[in-house]
Amino acid sequence: MSLSAFLPSLLGGVLIGVAATLLLWLNGRLAGISGILWRLFFSKQGDALWRVLFLGGVVGGAALYYALYDDVPVARETFPAWLLVVSGFLVGYGTSLGNGCTSGHGVCGLGRLSLRSLVATVIFLVTAIVTTFVVRHLFGVV
Amino acid sequence: MKRNLASLVAGLVFGFGLALSGMTHPEKVLGFLDMAGVWDASLLFVLGGAVGVTVITFRFVLKREKPLLAERFIITKETHIDRSIILGAILFGIGWGISGYCPGPAVALLAAPNWELWAFLPAAILGGVAEKLFELRSQQNNEPQPQVATPDAKPATESPSEGSCG
Repeated sequence: MSLSAFLPSLLGGVLIGVAATLLLWLNGRLAGISGILWRLFFSKQGDALWRVLFLGGVVGGAALYYALYDDVPVARETFPAWLLVVSGFLVGYGTSLGNGCTSGHGVCGLGRLSLRSLVATVIFLVTAIVTTFVVRHLFGVV
Repeated sequence: MKRNLASLVAGLVFGFGLALSGMTHPEKVLGFLDMAGVWDASLLFVLGGAVGVTVITFRFVLKREKPLLAERFIITKETHIDRSIILGAILFGIGWGISGYCPGPAVALLAAPNWELWAFLPAAILGGVAEKLFELRSQQNNEPQPQVATPDAKPATESPSEGSCG
């Protein structure tokens, strides 16, 4: 792969960083998707709307990209549905317990030089790498 | 009003960036996590691009007394690395490594959902909400509500761990 193949990823990453900057600078909030989403279900009046608008914006921004470029993700043919359910539950439970996901700990936490977020990011990255190896190469699920 | 507009705009930029980055393709994420396969370094560029921005901008933003449109920054002062953050990161890592979905791309994919998302996202919301319920319940058990509200008490809308993502 040539370096230019990574340009969309780099640009996309920069935009994610810009978005996180906007939310912190303007509203004083960290752009951690998991925290914004799970807490939506417990938020009192006045604390829910910004969450809905931010998450709606994420959907809208992605919709705009898919409308401009023919790059809509296609479902894997053979991936077991029950594994997706297990994976979903673990992602939800784990990010709630650990107070952050790739955006909260990764993008925002590392951005503010939080050691706590660095530890969390290293742990979930290493765990994910080991898990992918086990699922793909030991159990042969693709 | 301005604050709501700011949330929407930040979300739009986030979602567009996420889709552009390729991270809404779970097999691209797994291509990065799979060290034994044909390695795809894309995610490294995404994270590098994002953190490259925030590590510079957050320095300046957090030097301000308060955000431009709000009263204060809602960020945890918690620095303790406790068991829940480690266990949470491990469980999240297992879930992420199985499917290649993390919360951001799962939300963004509502723009172009396929059957995978309908298996993943409801389960993720169930997991996240269930854990928050346990958290709230154990807080109520450990810290009985004070009889008299103090004037400088935090607004009831925030649980103690609010803003701690990051």
